[in-house]
Amino acid sequence: MAGITTVRVGHEDFDVSEEMRRLERSERTAGAVVSFTGVVRSDGSVVKMELEHYPGMTEKALLAIIEKARARWTLEDVVVIHRVGELAVGDQIVLCLVTSTHRHEAFDACLFIMDWLKTEAPFWKKETHRDGSSSWVDARESDEAAKERWSEA
Amino acid sequence: MKLTVKYFALLREAVGVSEEAVEVPQDALAVSDLMKIAAERHPEAFSSLKRIRAAVNETMVPMSAAVKDGDVVAFFPPVTGG
Repeated sequence: MAGITTVRVGHEDFDVSEEMRRLERSERTAGAVVSFTGVVRSDGSVVKMELEHYPGMTEKALLAIIEKARARWTLEDVVVIHRVGELAVGDQIVLCLVTSTHRHEAFDACLFIMDWLKTEAPFWKKETHRDGSSSWVDARESDEAAKERWSEA
Repeated sequence: MKLTVKYFALLREAVGVSEEAVEVPQDALAVSDLMKIAAERHPEAFSSLKRIRAAVNETMVPMSAAVKDGDVVAFFPPVTGG
């Protein structure tokens, strides 16, 4: 059975339970539903952030990442939702939802998609601090290393 | 050839525009050559960044990738989504 890929980029929030319900099928062939939610966290100084992206390219990049995951594992459905615009501490940023027959494929693919998204999808975060100053978030080398890990396997 | 060059995030703020038309005498060049041309136009903006990545026609590419007439080339800092 061909799985369904869903990619959504926009300011609107999402409901994990609702997204999971959407994937329920009468055949019930997926034994595993794995979800990852990324949330705006605070280090004590950050009060909000602005997420910029490259409209058009963002969606293409996310679809390409999901295709890579599908080439590697047998998956049913994949949902990636990424919010953009202004977000406050505690707000949800990203959802990655993967269903598969057994758990390992879904867990691995969910992590793979997030590791690739972190370094290959055109999003940029700008944080606003408590004192009113703002700064662009620096890319972390550990994210690049996390992606590279998948090429060794 | 005529190209559209886009900038994002910190680089967009430093350059001051999100997009500009660039005309170069060559028929073809590498992304790295185009970046040199863009950096000559906006020296402070480009020198403020340690690492810059590029996309051609909405696909992330290495600096050695070729650029041809009509392409949309984007320069930006390493991405920080998720």
